[in-house]
Amino acid sequence: MAPLVETSSLTKHYGSIKAVDGLNLKMNPGEVYGFLGPNGSGKSTTILMLLGMTEPTSGTVSVAGHDPTRDPTAVKRQVGYLPEAVGFYPDLTGRRNLLYTAELNGISKSDAEHKVEEVLHMVQLEEAGHRPAGQYSRGMRQRLGLADVLLKEPKLVILDDPTLGLDPAGIQWLLGLIEEMAKQKGIAVFLSSHQLHEVQRICDRVGIMSRGKMVLEGTVSDLTAAQESGGYEVYLEVEKSSKSLIGALSEIKSVKNVNANKTKITISGTEDCRHQVSTIVFEQKVRMLELRTSNRSLEEIYLRYFQEPADGEG
Amino acid sequence: MTAIFWKEMADHLGRRRFLLTFLLILFGFLWGMFILFREVQGSGVSTGEFLFLSLFTNSSGVLPPVLFYLGFFGPLVGIALGFDAINSERTQGTLAKLLSQPIHRDAVFNGKFLAGLTTLGIVLTAIVLSIVGMGMFVMGYAPQGEEIIRIVGFSIVTVVYLAFWLAMAMTCSIFFRNAVTSALVSLGLWLMATFLIALLIAPALAELAVPEVSDLTQQVSRESWQLWISRISPSQLFNEAAQILLNPEARFTGVLSAERASQLMRVQATPISAGQSLQLVWPHIVVVFSMVAALIGVSYTKFLREEIRS
Ligand SMILES: Nc1ncnc2c1ncn2[C@@H]1O[C@H](COP(=O)(O)OP(=O)(O)OP(=O)(O)O)[C@@H](O)[C@H]1O
Ligand SMILES: [Mg+2]
Repeated sequence: MAPLVETSSLTKHYGSIKAVDGLNLKMNPGEVYGFLGPNGSGKSTTILMLLGMTEPTSGTVSVAGHDPTRDPTAVKRQVGYLPEAVGFYPDLTGRRNLLYTAELNGISKSDAEHKVEEVLHMVQLEEAGHRPAGQYSRGMRQRLGLADVLLKEPKLVILDDPTLGLDPAGIQWLLGLIEEMAKQKGIAVFLSSHQLHEVQRICDRVGIMSRGKMVLEGTVSDLTAAQESGGYEVYLEVEKSSKSLIGALSEIKSVKNVNANKTKITISGTEDCRHQVSTIVFEQKVRMLELRTSNRSLEEIYLRYFQEPADGEG
Repeated sequence: MTAIFWKEMADHLGRRRFLLTFLLILFGFLWGMFILFREVQGSGVSTGEFLFLSLFTNSSGVLPPVLFYLGFFGPLVGIALGFDAINSERTQGTLAKLLSQPIHRDAVFNGKFLAGLTTLGIVLTAIVLSIVGMGMFVMGYAPQGEEIIRIVGFSIVTVVYLAFWLAMAMTCSIFFRNAVTSALVSLGLWLMATFLIALLIAPALAELAVPEVSDLTQQVSRESWQLWISRISPSQLFNEAAQILLNPEARFTGVLSAERASQLMRVQATPISAGQSLQLVWPHIVVVFSMVAALIGVSYTKFLREEIRS
């Protein structure tokens, strides 16, 4: 199967800032791809290049078999895009806004009417569809945005931070909807976000961006496994850490590395060494606050890349 | 593009700017009526055979001529229709969505420009037709061939002139993200073109070019400097063209005022044909037209390659 999205050495510079730096990305039809990264890591810039809304400095992009830089219209015919801060014409009703999008996509009047009803039903905005979009709440706007994107019956939808500014319930609801739409209609979804939990739940595959580079990519379970194959991690928190404690912990046979951040200590090794750790702590007469094997969620992987904020982000 | 065109038309003529366009037509009509009324009531038929033309050029003592009304308020409407064309889409967050639809970017600009132009055309036609119509009703006869050609020619010149202001305002709406800035810059340019160039800048520069005026040749040379400098303003070109088209007696361009004209050159008070008048204003039309084209070109180069972040 030919990939739906493929980029090679995709690069975008803004002056001296490398917003995207040699990105290689591949996405298959029907896949839900989570595009993660902290603020300013280049997610939106990548998306703009996928749609031909900004030109790459170097590298190539192909979306649905077309080059968005040369032939953006061909790409836009098949790809629905929900921008980061989507807006609607405030004095038109939600329904009128959608009809306008349908018209721009060359959908005939009679088709448009019932398609609009269908997507409004999907996002449960049939009632609110009669009200001017200017009165919509943030959550309703995102839902209307999703409806708008679905109108053209795309192969791929690109959602730039769709959960931004929604409350937890709203996030769950929206994600459920995205998942449903992907499964039911077989639409591929490219979703950027910095909300990890949601991505974990609905994505087939995720890629993590940091400073314009893809630092990790794979299925959620792959990534978690990759992190764990290195061995075992024990997490210890004490009231007061000391050199001798760290020294003693490093002496444990199975331990490879001890990483102390003030009173929080991460011990990694080849096996579970909680027993030895507790003995040492007891011997050193240190008061222990917490001891557990660290079960590495994707969150921790993610945090690792999020520790240092990307450059140039205000 | 048709989708964008009709959406924008609905915005201009519908809810959003209905009041603006409606009031403009109404005032234009009332203005014309007032002048018509004075004319009929006053010294009878004043301008002889070109009575319909005089409805546009005669002032009533209180009100300046209809020509002034169109030349003064027309540009403001052009600006009102264009100053937030692109930047309002940007601030609403609809621009990214609009440009992610399978349309060309120039279609967005063209659709909006044509909708604005059509609106201006409708407003102008409504004003001109209502004035001429009332004139026919009151005087009991219709304008003759010559007069019709002149009125149509004048309407076309006016539309081209208003297109300039629409294009200017739309260009500002691309360059300035803030609608208020865009409006202020457009108004500033309008002020400059309408008043500052003719009243301040051109005389000052002409004085620099010809510092001494002691005889008639120097006077003429300074006057012509002033005229040519003020012709960088489309308002000047419009005024000249409108005067020529609506005054069959006007035989040359470059008359600043009647006294100066008679002072500098001999005026023959015999009317010339509409065709001859059209020939005289042809350069004016072409120049304003190319100014419009240049503005659209500038907008294209900026807008078509620009990165659109929401
Ligand atoms: N027009 C621009 N000029 C200069 N630098 C820019 C421009 N647009 C973006 N950048 C920089 O490019 C980098 C990547 O920005 P981008 O918007 O792609 O980040 P992001 O991953 O989408 O972040 P967020 O999660 O905040 O949306 C940032 O450092 C940003 O400052
Ligand atoms: Mg972003």
